[in-house]
Amino acid sequence: MSVRVPLPRWVDVALLPVLNVVLAFLIGGLIVLSVGQNPLDAVGYMIYGAFGYGSGFGYTLYYTTDFIFAGLAVSLAFHAGMFNIGPEGQAYVAGLGVIIVALLFNGLHWALMFPLMIIAGGLFGAFWAFIPGYLQAKRGSHIVITTILFNFIAISLMGYVITKILKPAGVDSDESAPIQAISRVPQLREFLALFKNSPVNLTFLLAIVALFFVYWLVWRTKFGYAMRTLGRNPTAARYAGISSSRMIMTTMALSGALAAMVAVNNVGGVQGRLILNFVAGAGFVGVAVAFMGKAHPVGVALASLLFGALYQGGQELAFSMPGITREMIVTIQALVILFTGAMGDMLRIPLEKLFARWQRPAGGG
Amino acid sequence: MTLTSLTKAIAGGVALSAIAAGAAFADPAVIYDGGGKFDKSFNEAAYNGAEMYKKETGGTYGEFEITNDAQREQALRQFASRGYSPIVTPGYNFVTALQAVAPEFPDLHFVILDAVVDLPNVRSVLFKEQEGSYLVGMLAAMKSESGTIGVIPAFNLDLLEAFACGYKQGAHAARPDIKVLETYIGSGFDAFNDPAKATEVAKSQLDQGADVLYQVAGGAGAGVLQAAADAGKWGIGVDSNQNYLHPGNVLTSMTKRVDVATYNAFMDEKNGKWTAGVLNLGLAEDGVGAAFDDNNKALITPEMTAAVDKARADIVAGTLKVHDFREDKACPV
Repeated sequence: MSVRVPLPRWVDVALLPVLNVVLAFLIGGLIVLSVGQNPLDAVGYMIYGAFGYGSGFGYTLYYTTDFIFAGLAVSLAFHAGMFNIGPEGQAYVAGLGVIIVALLFNGLHWALMFPLMIIAGGLFGAFWAFIPGYLQAKRGSHIVITTILFNFIAISLMGYVITKILKPAGVDSDESAPIQAISRVPQLREFLALFKNSPVNLTFLLAIVALFFVYWLVWRTKFGYAMRTLGRNPTAARYAGISSSRMIMTTMALSGALAAMVAVNNVGGVQGRLILNFVAGAGFVGVAVAFMGKAHPVGVALASLLFGALYQGGQELAFSMPGITREMIVTIQALVILFTGAMGDMLRIPLEKLFARWQRPAGGG
Repeated sequence: MTLTSLTKAIAGGVALSAIAAGAAFADPAVIYDGGGKFDKSFNEAAYNGAEMYKKETGGTYGEFEITNDAQREQALRQFASRGYSPIVTPGYNFVTALQAVAPEFPDLHFVILDAVVDLPNVRSVLFKEQEGSYLVGMLAAMKSESGTIGVIPAFNLDLLEAFACGYKQGAHAARPDIKVLETYIGSGFDAFNDPAKATEVAKSQLDQGADVLYQVAGGAGAGVLQAAADAGKWGIGVDSNQNYLHPGNVLTSMTKRVDVATYNAFMDEKNGKWTAGVLNLGLAEDGVGAAFDDNNKALITPEMTAAVDKARADIVAGTLKVHDFREDKACPV
């Protein structure tokens, strides 16, 4: 029988993901249709909300920032052969590091505070990912299980710390004392009026830097080479003299530090205080982003932008078409995750057949 | 740049229709918190108030359910920039967002429930939860066969303690030897959305002999009422009238008339009688109360009705004062 012919590269990296997204939207459209709404209007609102005006685009970039960090965290660990499902908890715990330095040096100019937040948040996030890394390397506890469990521990721990320790007297909502305006990460709207009222801040530029950093680290350094070797073939890595336990722990710590930047974005840049559950699922979206982006920074950037647009466009859609509920928007977002992640290769074989036939026109067989 | 001009072209038509749709001037709006519009509790009460307004006036209103914290300010601004007024926000989680947005729109009106925002265009609505809880506490103590009753707040929060403290005062007033158990569901705001944990806590209280359980836990409270009904005991609903959830097994509900507060805010604006400032709604204003309807008629004896009616009259007259936990963070009983 016929041998499977690999797809041309452009089909693999561009056409396949686009087809998956289109398919997800088609099914999403059927759902919208089934509740008696116009799917074309819905798509229009989503695009308008995500890109059509300055403030909306700012919100898109704000969500994108979170997803880039979480996506890079998952991607980095993935290259070393580990599946880090814990960016949610790592980012949450990192919020504690961010708020500690912010409240300790409250009033310090942001130019000094921003690096402090990055370092402190990074250390806390790295620590929270290091523990599962240690347990994997030294005790053989599976990283998927431990990182998932550590998300729950983070929720309980942070719930306790916020409500019992950080919450100032006389405040009803569960939040820490506020960071002074001068110490907060500046909003991009202060430099570009276009982004008025949107929460996108300098952390977005940090996310761009992180994309380049991860590319450099994974493909341009000895460390990255060791990491990829470990990920592809642990036995070969051991024969090459690479200490797998040290690599696992270091990579996980770095992965956690990347996830931690979600906290810098939200605690330091948007809310200016530590609130309960500020991560709001961004860490989990990171898993989908990493898979859709094939763990490559360019892919992660594009997938993050897509999910950022889905989040912000979804908000616009819920606001403008009250017939479409919050839950339906989650369904549409879930469809995109389903088709690009879990069922990402569903169209691969039909496409391969199509291209094989196209390359060897009829008659041969 | 090409990206934005492209999307502008696509979205042009949409934008126009959006503006046209939002042009109905001074429609009111309500923003629901994370628990969602149909939480059978606080948010749903705000929704019911808005629906009441819609039915009575034939008017329309805007609504939005937030999914994360960044959307609080966003939704407030979206409604405000389209001229919606008043904009009702249920819950203290909106304080920071409202403080940021309300001053930008001095001509529009905002309402916050359960919290105080001291701005000239904001109405803050507080409830005397302790007064309504006092009444349901009396009912619970009189109904109890075991001499032990329970209260289940979502977590350790002053607001929820005010419910629990009023309940204990009422219970002790009706029956001095009553034993009141108090157990939290969780340690933070997420406990409001954890009905499974609520069920466990309720079962534990039932095991300790409690036969009337008062849930003060928003969306999670459904788990308490379910557990009480499954055991053939009685639950007490909160915020909305929840007597219908398990007819015969929900003794009563401590209604917090968030619906009335929402409805009044909408109507006041419509009738030009808007006022800012703090409103404190107790039994006298019908802001709180114990719910009686066909679903719990069989559970309430004439003696219970008489006792509750007398207590209500005394509280309204001011001769009976129910202590508010929030004043000194302590409960006398």
